[in-house]
Order: sequence, then C-alpha cells, then structure tokens
Amino acid sequence: MTEEKPLLRILSCGSVDDGKSTLIGRMLYDLGVLYEDQLAFLEKERTADGRPDFSGLLDGLLAEREQAITIDVAYRSFRTPARRYIVADAPGHEQYTRNMVTGASKADAALLLIDATRAKDGLLPQTVRHSIVCAMLGVPHIIVAVNKMDLAGYSEDVFKAIEAEYLDRIKNLSFRSVSCIPVSALGGDNICFSSANMPWYQGLAVLDILEALDTAPMPQTAFCMPVQGVSRQGTNRWLMGTVLSGTVRVGDKVCLSPSGRTGTIERLADMSGDLATAQTEQAVNIKLAEDVDVGRGEVLFSPDYPLEEADQIAAKIIWLNDPHLALGRSYFFRLGTAEAWATVTELSYKIDLNTLAETPSKELRPNDVGRIKLSLDRKLPMMPYAKSRDLGGFLLIDRISGSTLGAGMVDYVLHRSHSVFPHAFELSKEAFAAQKSQKPCVVWLTGLSASGKSTVANLTAKLLYAKGFHVYTLDGDNLRSGLNRDLGFTEADRVENIRRASEVAKLMADAGLVVLASFISPYRTDRMAIRERFPPGEFFEIFVDTPLEICESRDSKGLYAKARAGVLPHFTGISAPFEQPENPDLHMDGMRAPELLAQELVEFITKEIQSA
Amino acid sequence: MTKQTKSMRLSSTLAALEAEAIYIMRETAAGFEKPVMMYSVGKDSSVLLHLARKAFYPAPIPFPLLHIDTTWKFKEMISFRDRMAKEIGFKLIVHTNPIGEEKNITPFTYGSARYTDIMKTEALRQALNMHGFDAAIGGARRDEEKSRAKERIFSVRSYGHRWDARNQRPELWRLYNTRLGKGETMRVFPLSNWTELDVWEYILQEELEVVPLYFAKERPVVRRSGTYIMLDEPDKMTLNSGESPVMKIVRFRTLGCWPLSGAIEAAAANVADIVSEIKAARYSERQGRLIDSDQTGSMEKKKQEGYF
Repeated sequence: MTEEKPLLRILSCGSVDDGKSTLIGRMLYDLGVLYEDQLAFLEKERTADGRPDFSGLLDGLLAEREQAITIDVAYRSFRTPARRYIVADAPGHEQYTRNMVTGASKADAALLLIDATRAKDGLLPQTVRHSIVCAMLGVPHIIVAVNKMDLAGYSEDVFKAIEAEYLDRIKNLSFRSVSCIPVSALGGDNICFSSANMPWYQGLAVLDILEALDTAPMPQTAFCMPVQGVSRQGTNRWLMGTVLSGTVRVGDKVCLSPSGRTGTIERLADMSGDLATAQTEQAVNIKLAEDVDVGRGEVLFSPDYPLEEADQIAAKIIWLNDPHLALGRSYFFRLGTAEAWATVTELSYKIDLNTLAETPSKELRPNDVGRIKLSLDRKLPMMPYAKSRDLGGFLLIDRISGSTLGAGMVDYVLHRSHSVFPHAFELSKEAFAAQKSQKPCVVWLTGLSASGKSTVANLTAKLLYAKGFHVYTLDGDNLRSGLNRDLGFTEADRVENIRRASEVAKLMADAGLVVLASFISPYRTDRMAIRERFPPGEFFEIFVDTPLEICESRDSKGLYAKARAGVLPHFTGISAPFEQPENPDLHMDGMRAPELLAQELVEFITKEIQSA
Repeated sequence: MTKQTKSMRLSSTLAALEAEAIYIMRETAAGFEKPVMMYSVGKDSSVLLHLARKAFYPAPIPFPLLHIDTTWKFKEMISFRDRMAKEIGFKLIVHTNPIGEEKNITPFTYGSARYTDIMKTEALRQALNMHGFDAAIGGARRDEEKSRAKERIFSVRSYGHRWDARNQRPELWRLYNTRLGKGETMRVFPLSNWTELDVWEYILQEELEVVPLYFAKERPVVRRSGTYIMLDEPDKMTLNSGESPVMKIVRFRTLGCWPLSGAIEAAAANVADIVSEIKAARYSERQGRLIDSDQTGSMEKKKQEGYF
C-alpha cells in the first residue's frame, strides 16, 4: 500500500446560489462514492427545471431545504484514491460570516465559488469578503471555481475577465497558492474531469488540484505541547496533551510556561507499552522525572521553541454574537488549554471586510471585525496567530450565558505591563485595618434610579460612623461630576463607569475603610467582574429592590419624565435594561422605610465583619 | 508486538482522527463537573471505549459509561456489555424508562417513532437528570445523516436537553467552549469526523472486539418492511399474515433494538471482510434503521427533542 497523503480539510464558500453545495454534491457523484439511497434521493429530488438536485445531498436541515439555502456549516467526509477529505460547507449569507470563520479556522484550503453570470459585470462583495476572511484566518491555499460557465456560453473571455479582476482584488492578501478554474458544477465540467466544453482551459480540474495540494506544516521543528489535564496513577502525575509541533523524546529537557519550571521527559505512556518518541499531532501522556506540580493550561516546550508569555495583547477579533463587544467589559478568555479573565482595554478600529479599510469605532456587532487590546488577569503562554493557529487563536466567552461571543487572533503581545511594577509599600492593608480595628469591605448597592440606594447608603454611613467605624460613601452621581465626568450613558460608557468606581472602592478598602458604594450598575456581568476583584468576604452585593412604578413616581430628579419623553436615551428601566441580581448577599425590599433598610444593612455589615 | 509498530500501522488519516477524538475526550474530562459516556454496545461504542482508555492511560477512564436499555436490545448485546464492563473494569450505569414495563410499551404496540421517543429519548433525559450529568459523550458521526453533518462537536442542549440547530455555538480551531449557561448541558461527539469505514478500519487495526451480530451467521429472520428482522426473542413478536421465519445468513450494519434493526444478506464473517464489504457497499449505513425513515427530516426532529 502506498502511503496515503495527509487528510485535507477544505472550506467551501461563496455567495448564496453560487452553487457550493452543488459542486460538492457533483464531485461526490462523479467520484462514484454516493450510495444507492443517496442516488435515489437525487432521482427523486429535482430542481425546478428538472435536473438532479446535487445540493440536496448537503443541505440537510428542513428549514434550509424549505428556503433552498444553507444556514449552517455542514461537514462532509469523502475519500479518493489519493487522500481523505473533510469539507466544511459554509453558508453564503452575509450575516452568517461567523459560520465561514468557523470553517476557515481549521481549513487547509478554501474552495471559493463565483457565479460567472453574476460576476460578469464585477465581483460580488461577498467574494472579496470571503477571500479576506480566509486570508485573515490563515487558510494557506485558495481554489477559485468560476461556476455556471454553461450559462456564460463557456466563454473564455468571461472567465479571463473574472480571473483578472479577482487576482487584482486580492493582490494584497497572502496565500501560499491561488488557482482559478472555469467550471460548471451542475454539468460536471472541470470538477473531476476536464471539460470538453472548454477546450481553451488547459489547467487542472478542481479535484486534481485538491489531490495534489501539499499540506506539509510550517518547518517549525521545536517541540511544544499544551497540557490538557493531569491524570494520577498512584503517586505518579501524568501530563496529557497533543504535540503541537516537533518531536519529543524520552530524556529531553523541557521548559514549562507560565510556571517557569523545567523538567526532563521520563516516560511517554501508551496502552501497550511506553513510547520512545512522539510526533506532531500525536496525543501523548507524559511523566516528568521531576515532581513538578503543574496542571491544565501549562505549556511544555523545548528551549528552542519561541514561546511568548503575556498578559497584554493586541489582536484582531471577529465578533460572533450578541451582546455587542464593549470596552472595559470583562470576558472569559480561552487560548489553547489556558483560561483567564480578559478586559477589552482598547477598541481601536473596525475593519471593513469588503475593503480592509479601518475606521475608528466604539463597538463591534455580530459579524464585525476589529482591532482590540486585551488585558488578562494573569500571564499566559501564547504565540502570534501568524506563527501558530493553536497558540494564537482565542475565544471571548460571555461570563453568564457561556456563549462564544468573539474569536480572536493574537497580532502581537504588548510588553507594556513589564514597565509597570506595583511598588510594595510596607504599610499593608492589614496594617491599615488593624489601626482602625475593623475589617475593610465594599458594600455595593445596586438598583434602579430613585430606588433609594443613596438615601440608604447615607443613613447607613451615619449609623456606622456613630458606632466608630471608618466609613466612606461612593455615589454614581458624585463620581460622574469628577473622575467620571468624561463618560456618558451608552453601554460601553456604563461599563467603564463601573470599572473605575470599583477600582476606587478597592483602593479605599486597601486603605482599611468600610466602603458604601451606590451605583445603578445594571449589568450582571459587570457586577460579577467587580466581585472577582475582591477576595472572598470583602465584597457584598446589596439589591435595593424597588418596583419601577414606585421609582418612577418618586422621580425626585425628573429623570424618568425626561426618559419617557425620549430626551434622555439609554435610561435604565425605560430604554436600557436592568439585570436583576440572581444571588445578592442581601435582598432589600425598597418599599420599606429607608430608616428600616439602613438598620437592616448595618446589622448585615456588622455581622459579616465580625464573623470574618 | 510492541505498540510502536502497531501505531505505525495506523494510516495517517486514522492516526489524525484518533488524536482528535482523544483530544476531545480530555477536554470533556477537564471542562465539566460530571461527564458521562454513552455506551450503546455497538461498534462505535467499542471505538469510543478504546479511545477513552487510551486517552487517560495509565489512569482509568475518569467518567462512568451509561447504557440506555430499552429491554428490547439483542441478548448478545447485553452479555457483551456485561463482559466488557467486567474485563475492562469501567463503571457502568444501566437505565431503563420504568414506564416501559408499567405501560407495556413495545416497538410493536406503539410504532417505532413513539416507542423510540419514550424508551430511548425520554429514558436518556431521565438518566441524565437523575445523575446530574452536565456532559454526555456520544458516538454519533457526521456521515450518518444530514442533520448530524451540521452539528458541532461540543453541542449545547438547552433546558430539557433540546437541540436548537439555529442557535449553535461557532466552533473554531480546536478551541472548544465547555462553559454552560443555566440549565444547559453538553453533548460531545468525538467521532464526528469519522466515517463508517474509518470505524471498521480502526477496529481492524487496533484489534478491537465487537458484538458478533456484526458478522454473518445463519439466524432466524422474517422479511418485513423491505428488510430482515431477526427473531431474537421469538415469543415476543407477533407475525403478520404471510410472514414466516426462515434461517438466513445475515449480519447487521447497525445495532439497536432487535425489532427495529434490519439485517442484511451478507457474507462478511470477520472485521477484514466487513472492511472490504463496506468499500464495495452501495447503500448507506442508516438504511437498515427503521426509525429514520418514519418521515422526512425525522432525525432532525428527534434530535430537537433530545435524541442522541
């Protein structure tokens, strides 16, 4: 048996009706790999003009067949004499860019369809857009099938014009190879076999190009492996992972990041006996000679591997889902097998996927692409995306719903953080607290405007002061007249407002104070982020729960009236959401008298402080 | 034979598929609090089981295996299952929907769609809820059916284990998002990119054991709905007029409940034969399954309701 070529992952893309599913269906048909029941399906399901519906083999979901479009990525495997293929069939709708990105992230090659009849007078925006996405995600090879040549009279001029325009439009994109082929997917011209209808085309058919593609990985030979987990067998610790690059041998010295440790490969376990070496893409289980206490998220690498480590990065991000990307908001961050909390510290540009033009922007919506800077809560091992898809690609995940919001690619790591060294002052938080004979804490009151937060905070502060506590009150309106006076009320500005307020509260707690903070703080995810800035038992979320009608009837500042009149946009409760706390430390009924609420809060605080 | 020479024998495609599946299993073990692996006793389960052992070796498989027993499984499947659990030493959980016995729900009295819903889909939901599993690894492959071709490897199920095809998470690189929202659970499919042929070639090369029902042998069958149904427990099946049991050399391409599993006339008597037979096959694998052909898009509907 001759050694088969490595498995090839292809992405098929193009606009709606360009014939992507038809081309793949036709290829399977011509390869003779369809089963009888699939052929029977072809016989039964025909297009409006009575021809076999090859696309029906792939358009699997009922909803799609009814609308005659593909709405989600479909994966399909087939095998030819030369190699095995996995095709990701990505939908052509502009709003489904995220599906294309998904397919492109793993693809070795992209098969891009262009409808010759529609492209005669200029390429569709999607064609360029899809090429840009492929280049951005690092798809090395692109194969352009100019389809429906049967409807364009099999004209060489039409093809040449489209080819020339395409090559011109992508001249600034970087691909390892680009091939253009005139085809008719429905007729099978230049799909698996050369076309008798287009004798002027001397090049290879689509399948021939795919069969010959070289997917040899970048000549990155140094060993690198992210640890997925640790399995224990007796007192032995085994580090599980898949080799990303290079070869690992028993006896090799390895470095570990982020722990900074080093070790020696002692054993490579396998079910039927130990291995001496393991290669790229092999799943292994490694025991180090040293008893190194590391776990998931650690990266093992040879000293020659150029691994970087950073907590500040510049990246491109593709936004995939609602809610919009907001500056200052914190997200769950996942890269390789490592995890962290990430805050978007800068949103510099939005990238127009049709032209690659960059324009300043304050938010990113689903299907938008932008340039951002991220700050992580810890240093992680990583690589620029251009050098490693596996250690340069990351996800931003919603901390509450768990949904994947953004897919990012590390452009470069920022070493800015190296020049900021927190000075270790000798007077500690504990010292300040001891001087005041109290345990510092932050009591965070959240609730609608006019729910009574500030009134309660004021009364509580007075009571605590009278008891001898060192207390201070932070208030949304007061901070907005100074520190936060540059901020408005958009979602992004609210996130930043709360971030600054919580940092101030943290400094005050460090100074040993009991801090009462009253802020509407409408977003659950932001309140969760605040809580994580404090050690357990130092932050308390208090929900002042007053019904909207009551708040509106109080309306001492006349804000609700303005919001109702439409002159005050983004007003919480009226034109912007208030996400109620699900598990506040104290849930207060805002209908009760403020004096009683203050009493309740004082009891809560003294109890929490004493029990600690 | 040492393992090294044996690994060499795995083709580059099978080696890549194996590594991908192991990676996915390890991500599942690391990303969830209480994962479980479905064990249906079929060939795909034999592969899953082997991959799980390899993934965590030399430690044991860190999660239990769950078998949904409809009480209509082939007798040989049950004895194979119990022998495997004993020999390999994994933790096996068997669950049967109690309402089945109570209301005497059989594939004959209820029709395949209703029966499958109660004894498989509902039973699975019960077992997952009862044990509080937050992730379930299954052996489904994208080549089995068109709606499966669009499912993610880590596929989120909303409250009630429902699958929403229009609301799937984008799945990039090999970066799997294992976070769950409130009430959500995960289904994980490490064999997503495998085909039926890959499964058999892997079984051949790794010398795995499978239930002998896959191999041709003379068995008592009746012809029904264009296929052969084996009389695994003859006293439980009422024959229609014109039906009479005959002995035929048959084998199964997929295994499930015996009244719903169609046998094919085929001579393949060992794994190597099956590999050659599939290479020459003219019909896709699910053809023998009666439950998928109830109505157009029926698998998609079942999946929305929580079927694997």
